Amino acid sequence: MTQTFVLTGFPDAAPMAGLAGGVLIGLAAALMLLGIGRIAGISGITARAAGISDSGLPRVSAWGFVIGLPLGAFIVMLAQGGLPANFASPLYLAIAGLIVGIGTRLGSGCTSGHGVCGMSRFSQRSIVATITFMVTGFATVAAMNALGLEVLP
Amino acid sequence: MMRRILIPVLSGSIFGAGLALGGMTDPARVRGFLDLFGDWDPTLAFVMGGAVLVMVIAWQIQPKLIRPLFGGEFALPGTQDLTARLIGGSALFGIGWGIAGLCPGPGIAALVIEPVSAAIFIVAMLAGMVLVRLFEGKA
Repeated sequence: MTQTFVLTGFPDAAPMAGLAGGVLIGLAAALMLLGIGRIAGISGITARAAGISDSGLPRVSAWGFVIGLPLGAFIVMLAQGGLPANFASPLYLAIAGLIVGIGTRLGSGCTSGHGVCGMSRFSQRSIVATITFMVTGFATVAAMNALGLEVLP
Repeated sequence: MMRRILIPVLSGSIFGAGLALGGMTDPARVRGFLDLFGDWDPTLAFVMGGAVLVMVIAWQIQPKLIRPLFGGEFALPGTQDLTARLIGGSALFGIGWGIAGLCPGPGIAALVIEPVSAAIFIVAMLAGMVLVRLFEGKA
């Protein structure tokens, strides 16, 4: 499934696997929305589970969703006999995590809440948020490349 | 039980499976997408496109429901304001996303792939969230 279709000019891309994964993510978010009336915004749900936020889902539901994430990834990992994983060094992970934590709370969402759930609702706030984090994401990688900072193995 | 636990676990699991299948639990894929001016990998755009497509349909169905399928009430954000906080926070989030190629979902899902790396990212992320709360005096 992963390499049955190759994008001209992008031999490393996995468009079909990406699309299939995206449809699953959309179905998961649709289940939260239509099933129990909530937004599948992962930064907010995580903050709720950790007791850092008072709003949103019941805390037990937030924990349920958070526990489900690695569970689902585990099933795919078993089915595919492992998953590629190229992670940054602990220092970069810690700096990145800290900034992601601060940014998602101030910005009220991340790639799931704004990018998937909000954009599809044509929410003005989410469209602006998504464009903003995409642009700073592109700029960050470009700047780090220009400085010769190799982050991933 | 259904509404409080089973649906969230099921949704989280499908979400995590989608992230893994789409390659988003590998920071090299995500950083490859963010490397727009270098060796660009468009895979993430397909993931985002697939997810948004399904959710556009879900948002068309939502107003036709009086209440969610498994009971309770709809609790959806109604804010419309474009604030400096929204833009500044999103800008910061993008910087952190670009540094390590991880956002909250894949960071948590990766616990089963690279437990130590994922845990470092998650602990730092929670610390950042706590900082915002402390700064806002809601501790």
